[in-house]
Amino acid sequence: MKSSFYKKTAIILALGISSSSFADEAVLKGDALFGNMNARQIGPAVMSGRINDIEVHPLNSKVMYIGSAGGGVWRSQNGGASFDPIFDNHVQSIGVVKVDPVQPDKTIWVGTGETWTRNSVSTGDGLFRSDDGGTNWKRVGFENSERIAGIEINPKNRNELYVCVLGALWSDSDERGIYKSTDDGNSWEKVLYIDNKTGCSDVIMDPSDSSVLYASMWEFRRTGWSFNSGGNNSALYKSVDSGKTWYKIHNGFPEGKIGRIAVAVAPSDSNIVYAVLETEKDSEKGLYRSNDGGQSWNHLNNDFGLVVRPFYFSRITVDPRNPDVVVKAGVFGSISRDGGKTFKNLGQMHPDIHDIVFDINDSNRMYVATDGGLYRTWDGTNTMEIVANLPISQFYHVSVDNHKPYNIYGGLQDNGSWYGPSSSPGGIEARDWESIGFGDGFRVIKHPTKDIVYSEMQGAENVWRFNKALDEVKTIQPLAEKGDPKLRFNWNAPLVQSPNKPDRIYMGSQFLYRSDDTGDTWKKISSDLTYNDTSKQNQENSGGLSKDNSGAENYGTIFTIAESPLDEKIVWVGTDDGRVQVTKNAGKKWQSVESNISGLPKGTWVYHIEASAHDKGTAYAVFDGHTAGDSAPYVFKTTDFGKSWTSLVTDDIQGFARSFQEDYKNPDLLFLGTERGLFITIDGGKNWSHFTNNMPLVAVHYLELQPQTNDLVMATHGRGIIIIDDISPLREINADVLSKPVHFFTSKAKTINEASGFGGYSTEMEFVGPNPNDNARIAYYLQKRHIFGKTKMEVFDKDGNMVAELPAGKAKGINIVNWNGMLKRPKLAKAKTFAFGGLTTPRAPAGTYKVLFTKGKESYETEVVLKNDPDSPYTDKQRTELYKTTMSLYEMNQELAYLVYKIDAYLAAAESDAEDNKDLIAQLQSLKETLVITSGDNYVGSAEKQLREKLADLYSKVASGFAPPSSPEKANMKLLSENLEEAEKTFEKIYKNTISEFLKTGKSIEIQSYEDFLKEA
Amino acid sequence: MKNTIKTLILATMTFTSAQAVEVDEIIDGYIENTGGSEAWNNLQGMKLSGEFNQGGMKFPFEILSLKDGRQYMKFTFQGKELKQGVFDGETMWSTNFMTMKAEKADAESTENRKLEINDFPSPFLNWKENGYTVELIGTESKEGSDTYKVKLVKEPLTVDGESVEDISYYYFDTEAFVPVAVETEIRQGPMKGKVGENKMSDYQEVEGFYVPFAMTQGLKDGPGVTMTVSKVELNPQVSSSDFEMPVETEVTTEKNESAEASTENK
Repeated sequence: MKSSFYKKTAIILALGISSSSFADEAVLKGDALFGNMNARQIGPAVMSGRINDIEVHPLNSKVMYIGSAGGGVWRSQNGGASFDPIFDNHVQSIGVVKVDPVQPDKTIWVGTGETWTRNSVSTGDGLFRSDDGGTNWKRVGFENSERIAGIEINPKNRNELYVCVLGALWSDSDERGIYKSTDDGNSWEKVLYIDNKTGCSDVIMDPSDSSVLYASMWEFRRTGWSFNSGGNNSALYKSVDSGKTWYKIHNGFPEGKIGRIAVAVAPSDSNIVYAVLETEKDSEKGLYRSNDGGQSWNHLNNDFGLVVRPFYFSRITVDPRNPDVVVKAGVFGSISRDGGKTFKNLGQMHPDIHDIVFDINDSNRMYVATDGGLYRTWDGTNTMEIVANLPISQFYHVSVDNHKPYNIYGGLQDNGSWYGPSSSPGGIEARDWESIGFGDGFRVIKHPTKDIVYSEMQGAENVWRFNKALDEVKTIQPLAEKGDPKLRFNWNAPLVQSPNKPDRIYMGSQFLYRSDDTGDTWKKISSDLTYNDTSKQNQENSGGLSKDNSGAENYGTIFTIAESPLDEKIVWVGTDDGRVQVTKNAGKKWQSVESNISGLPKGTWVYHIEASAHDKGTAYAVFDGHTAGDSAPYVFKTTDFGKSWTSLVTDDIQGFARSFQEDYKNPDLLFLGTERGLFITIDGGKNWSHFTNNMPLVAVHYLELQPQTNDLVMATHGRGIIIIDDISPLREINADVLSKPVHFFTSKAKTINEASGFGGYSTEMEFVGPNPNDNARIAYYLQKRHIFGKTKMEVFDKDGNMVAELPAGKAKGINIVNWNGMLKRPKLAKAKTFAFGGLTTPRAPAGTYKVLFTKGKESYETEVVLKNDPDSPYTDKQRTELYKTTMSLYEMNQELAYLVYKIDAYLAAAESDAEDNKDLIAQLQSLKETLVITSGDNYVGSAEKQLREKLADLYSKVASGFAPPSSPEKANMKLLSENLEEAEKTFEKIYKNTISEFLKTGKSIEIQSYEDFLKEA
Repeated sequence: MKNTIKTLILATMTFTSAQAVEVDEIIDGYIENTGGSEAWNNLQGMKLSGEFNQGGMKFPFEILSLKDGRQYMKFTFQGKELKQGVFDGETMWSTNFMTMKAEKADAESTENRKLEINDFPSPFLNWKENGYTVELIGTESKEGSDTYKVKLVKEPLTVDGESVEDISYYYFDTEAFVPVAVETEIRQGPMKGKVGENKMSDYQEVEGFYVPFAMTQGLKDGPGVTMTVSKVELNPQVSSSDFEMPVETEVTTEKNESAEASTENK
């Protein structure tokens, strides 16, 4: 019964009835909108990004995993030489990766939510498992855990496992502590819980006795303006009954408050346990060692490397084969070879080390996770080498310029500021990126007309104006003057280019500054625009038990600035403490308008304001409440300078919002970056669609739309720069388009690219970002996926000649088909070897071409335009000469092919009676040997080139270039043309004298016409 | 009549979407939709002819596969035919592009190819008898429309001396019950660990069978090579010489193409 249903469905669909008679309801959301429109992940990996955790396969040293801070889970199957992402459909902030010790090729666990709790960490959303080695994942609970720090699995009973939940960073939460499952994760019991402020920061199972567990519990909290590590509830616990009961093991630890504790058991001797403590007194901080399974402790070391920033570096690793070799995470990382008494730094690499693992077989081989990617060593950390293919870079911001190709500018967490091209010969390589600032990098802005780039480091400690042409750098940040209070700059301080005045930039502390001379002088154009709550300005005492006044908690600051592109006097400002301010007279008078927004908790961080390019009174404001424990997205629009606001948030949006971009052309096309990726609306915010085509669920911190290319450029905090090339089809989508079976979008004329094609020489394991497709683009909307029936996409020139056939896109939604602007390659003569020049295709001249898309019985038509590069040094006359010469050579190649075809045909016939036709065979063979290669191979065993190879080579040289044919090329062409003519004459002579006689013997030889011959492949 | 067809379609759609579908139903539906198990089981071989299109470069091809496992792929370039992936049931070989001579595939590849003999014309035909396992992973959107993601596990392969599971994921359109894409992790070489994707479309009827006439192969989310089929021949006539690996003979001077061809075809 069912079978007949299936069959009928298939047949009906095959008849092509479905698309018109069963049109899908026109919906303005869903991933069907995007079809095969894919994002382009260009990295870079040159600076890579922060890694939270490393996990090695317990039996196979080739397999390992990393859990990155914001870029998901990556797997290596070649001992760490290269990695591939395996967790792109889920949240990209990772706390821990754990491989099942019993079935390590099958079951892998991932606890999401980074656990090195710096100000910029993202959030997780639970525990995930894969039972097929990392291909498919499902969430198995802990949705509200926010951060998972550890997972332990009983190697003798894989159904028994423990999950260490650190929990929420910014708020109280009950979902913390240690959870145990005895049924392979199907159900969980909370076996250790302290309170809603204290989470589990580590759990370790004794490798020799699975009933013994150690757990460090940590009292901690972060706000937008401070951080606290430590309290009376932090402690190190032990259980000897598989988690049923727990007791503190502090014999030898100091009294008083304790902060974050790192703990490790020596795998080769489980009596030896190491703990690193954060305590009240500096003298008591650092490394403790127990030789009796934690029953008593001795304080060994409080060197800088052991005590530095416990919230960021509480990981300690013991050599699996030597209990006295201990490695501690830290700014530089420390290694001891005497059981923890003394330490030295690890080898030179990017600072800020978060995790260290040893190879399962060789203790000299280690892997180290840092703020700047993954490093490997083969000599016990003396020398370190970066893994050059992990594009997990964490951008805070992005901007673009108007070059061709445009450049991308941005700053990164602990990796300075950079710029690089959106396209480069051979792909976007590490060496294409230029460093343009130290420290943590944030906003990097190109001057619109001059060769100047502005960049900054954290808290605007330095703001640089770099003149690229002169290689001159100058610090330009506004500084306090007489009468000023202390200037409060955000960690990620706003540095903004005016859209109206090229030399004008803005910066914000609590005041708004404007410079009209590229930063040489500044004018303060506002009073304090924040709430100026002095109780939240005590950063000197931030950190808890370990003072941590890095500037990351600076508060009461301006965070976003937007000058209206339509009126230079209209400026919007948003602050981290929730104020939205607007001036209509360039700062003479400011009005705060946040109280006009309903449904927004007071004090919610104003993350981005976008001044509309369509209307002076219109602006969009994005608010981020996550630093107050509020993960709801907030996006509002005003059309009356902030007097009233409308929420654009729907249930379609996931994750708290950070970034926003309005389309320049279609005011209803809006882009929203959230902690879970990119969302797009085509109806002004009534419906949003999650864009997931080659786009991981990564935090999008900033969005930029390049005006010439219409590329949406995203600063992701974990997967580098991601671009959606030319979003213009989205501008045209509306209910009418969605109701048609096929709709062609307006296609931009393709400029014929005259670049050399040279370039590209990265080493094998280096990441190379893909280039955009610079072909002519045919974009269309398909209402339904094409499954049954033939499709064809053909390109015709103005005379109706079919010049190219393209593989059509079949996706439901937007399809992008590219035509490289090349015609068919010539048909070459058959020979013993290949003439590689014959692979060259001639370039189609500039002009308008018709594209015919045939789908079943229906056909649809559009046009593409090829145009010459206006910057090209060549004239139209020169181009015409080049094209004519190319096509003459093309034709000569084909004429020769036909001649050789005829020779072969008569030879074959003559050879059927070789004895009688010796003379004919000899004549034809002799001629053929001057026309094509008849011996040798395609490599160094090749024979001397004959006419075919020479003609193909010359054709290829001429056709591949853009310049008119050179004088040697012309002379060579004349020579070859004469050779061809001579060959044809010789053949005619043979035909007249010998073949015609041979044919009289009654031989029937069918010779195709030239036209028919060319039709055959 | 028109109304009847509409009602039928609607009924079918409702039927497929309203109920949870079992993996067996998807596979049975696929086999039924594309020819029926009896017909597929009776099929002895299939020859596809068409063109590869890679970035505008087109190459005519012929792919022949037989029920007994023999196969070849033949390209034509500048009038010369080049065979790749030829398997005679025992030996797998390809033509070296430099020397234009036949060379054997490595032993592992050949052994792995032997394991595919029972996959003609589809690994889903008789999958139970072959000892394969299938699992419905769930419904997933693929290029804008809903598909059933089905995991297929075949006999383990040997790669670099190690036994590895042979897993692929098939995406069946939820309305038409035919696969529109297959994903397989690349198991060796510099791309090892990345996911390869083969997208299928343009299904057309050939003597009662529905066969995809367009396939695009490449890395997932990346550009691919499109294979457009122009002709499908069922139960084609073949000769054993089509699959035999040519024996290399020392030829001091090769005077012409036909002489060379007869040497190679020995």
